[in-house]
Amino acid sequence: MTTQATSGQIFRDAPSDILFRAKWWSGRVLIYGLLILWAIVALFPIYWTMSTSFKMAPDVMKGSLVPWWDFQPKWLGWKSLGLSPETITQPSTVRGEFLRRFYNSAIISVSSSVLAVVLGSLAAYGLSRFSYKFLWMKNADISFFFLSQLILPPVVLALPFLVLYKELALLDTQIGLIILYTLSVLPIVIWIMRDQFAGIPTELEEAAMVDGQTIWGAYLTIILPIALPGMVAALILSLVLTWNEYFFAALLTSTYANTLPVMVASQTGSQGISWWSMAALSFAAILPLIIIGIGLERFIIKGMAAGAVK
Amino acid sequence: MSEGDLLHVVATDNIGPTRRGIGLLMIWGSPVVLALVALAQVLQNWGGQDFGFTNWRPTLYAYVLYAVCLCWGQVLVKGEQGKRILFVLPAALFVVSLTVFPLLFGLIIAFSNWNLSSPDGRQFNGVDNLIQMWHDPFYWNALTNMVWYVLAILPEYVLAFGLALMLNAEIRGRKFFRVAFLMPLMLSPVAVSWMIGKSMMETRFGPLATLMKHLGWENPSFFSSPWVAKSTIMLMDAWTFIPFMMIMILAGLQAIPKELQEAARVDGATGWRAFWEVTFPLMLPVSITSVLIRLIFKLKLADIVINVTSGGPGGATDTVTSFIFREYRDRSNVGYGTMLAMFYLVIIIVVMTGLMKLADRYMKSSY
Repeated sequence: MTTQATSGQIFRDAPSDILFRAKWWSGRVLIYGLLILWAIVALFPIYWTMSTSFKMAPDVMKGSLVPWWDFQPKWLGWKSLGLSPETITQPSTVRGEFLRRFYNSAIISVSSSVLAVVLGSLAAYGLSRFSYKFLWMKNADISFFFLSQLILPPVVLALPFLVLYKELALLDTQIGLIILYTLSVLPIVIWIMRDQFAGIPTELEEAAMVDGQTIWGAYLTIILPIALPGMVAALILSLVLTWNEYFFAALLTSTYANTLPVMVASQTGSQGISWWSMAALSFAAILPLIIIGIGLERFIIKGMAAGAVK
Repeated sequence: MSEGDLLHVVATDNIGPTRRGIGLLMIWGSPVVLALVALAQVLQNWGGQDFGFTNWRPTLYAYVLYAVCLCWGQVLVKGEQGKRILFVLPAALFVVSLTVFPLLFGLIIAFSNWNLSSPDGRQFNGVDNLIQMWHDPFYWNALTNMVWYVLAILPEYVLAFGLALMLNAEIRGRKFFRVAFLMPLMLSPVAVSWMIGKSMMETRFGPLATLMKHLGWENPSFFSSPWVAKSTIMLMDAWTFIPFMMIMILAGLQAIPKELQEAARVDGATGWRAFWEVTFPLMLPVSITSVLIRLIFKLKLADIVINVTSGGPGGATDTVTSFIFREYRDRSNVGYGTMLAMFYLVIIIVVMTGLMKLADRYMKSSY
């Protein structure tokens, strides 16, 4: 009689508890399933491009996916770019072309981002600390003027700039693109930096000025170090936007100052281009930003979140 | 002037007459230099004199000199006050000279017939461009397409909100998922157009085409019929920009105090109701900001269209920007292209102002 009672459980989960646990588990499965699904959606094109750059023609046709299992990786794509282990030591015109475009992209995006961050953070600081008056415009109007540049579509400026640059002999120069790119990311930088400076109490500068600093001295020695994370965020966001810019580069450059996206686009247009070299080229073009994305992800998120939460 | 300053600076300015004089000389002298240089260039161009200029660079240099002198002169003349102006002035000068001036210049171009490759140069042609635009079915088609592209923001927003909610839930490996979800935003649209548009959607052996065949679409061709092509472009654009909205919404979600959601749970609100009655209303300001910014980026959509379909089939995927781009590429007529762009700008300004007013009023009335 007692065996019955001891062998069975005395305390059982109530039916509602079992139901709850089942619900919890199914919720977990669902959420991880969806997360993994979207991660695949987000990452597969990158994986596909990377793996294609190591494939031979028949592997591409078969749609093979897993290296060493259903296709043997070869350096084919990278060889045509002159970047594979065998060809890296030999002279290659394609590699020269690629490196020139890469160099152009790097110079243009870095200098325009730095210029935008310098100009933008100065303006944002001024606007967050002092009240200005220019004609009828007060601080809010000046801020709005800067931010309203965001809604100016590039196509409106493109053709006037084309004509102006032609007259100024700035077509197909790096400096011409740097100026335009700075202009296009400046509102975003001001937007991010305004929030940054608004969060820093003015007592800090006041204390510094009591100690005999000038306002610019206080800005450079006290405020800049505090606002540095925000500036890095703005800088990286600008880098991403300027590195990827295609429209202005396609219109305003032809042979000398071409950037990487223009090179990729010109290769896409030609039909005969082999897949593996196209994949290698695309992957080489996106690689720097993938590295930045993985390494500096928190800054990017910080930058984009700056405007969202007040 | 300084009564509204957040930061009060008490500084004794002793500006001597010499310093003041030099400053004033810089502020008023440099525009004279600029005017002289510009005049000389104008004379050479239209007056027949030869000063040996090959391009308009000297005027540009004179303008830069003027800008530097204007900034420096402020400090010399106004002292402490000038140093404050120096914070904003460079950026303001930069933006004004690079937008206002080209826009005014653009207005002149818009009302002229100017083929860059023909030797005739610019000819003023009044409202001819406007009339031509009015009768250009391809331009109106591009504008209608823009409406569809803009409407696609709503599903993007829903998806982005869902992803942000999942990232905000208690999960393991959040950092990995965040980086993974962010990735598409980092890629250049040109590379994306090859990676997805040209290679993954290749009809014979692209992986997406293969997947579609498995799902029962006999002959997956992503760019042959108008609506399929349009939705494909929308999907590719969404793929790159969903992370952007997602991150803004995620930041908003993380800023909501946990107590509010707990209080809602104590009051018996279950998941779905708690979301609609607590989370969603709190997220409204962030949502509006993110949608508006997404809208701004959407209105610039061109790279993918130019590189994947170049507007086809039959203009079904054309955006205004890609249309003007091709218009210029094919006919190199700057005048007509600029008129189209200006008209687009006017529409954008009207719509955006309306939307912002609406958003403003809505936000005020709900609190």
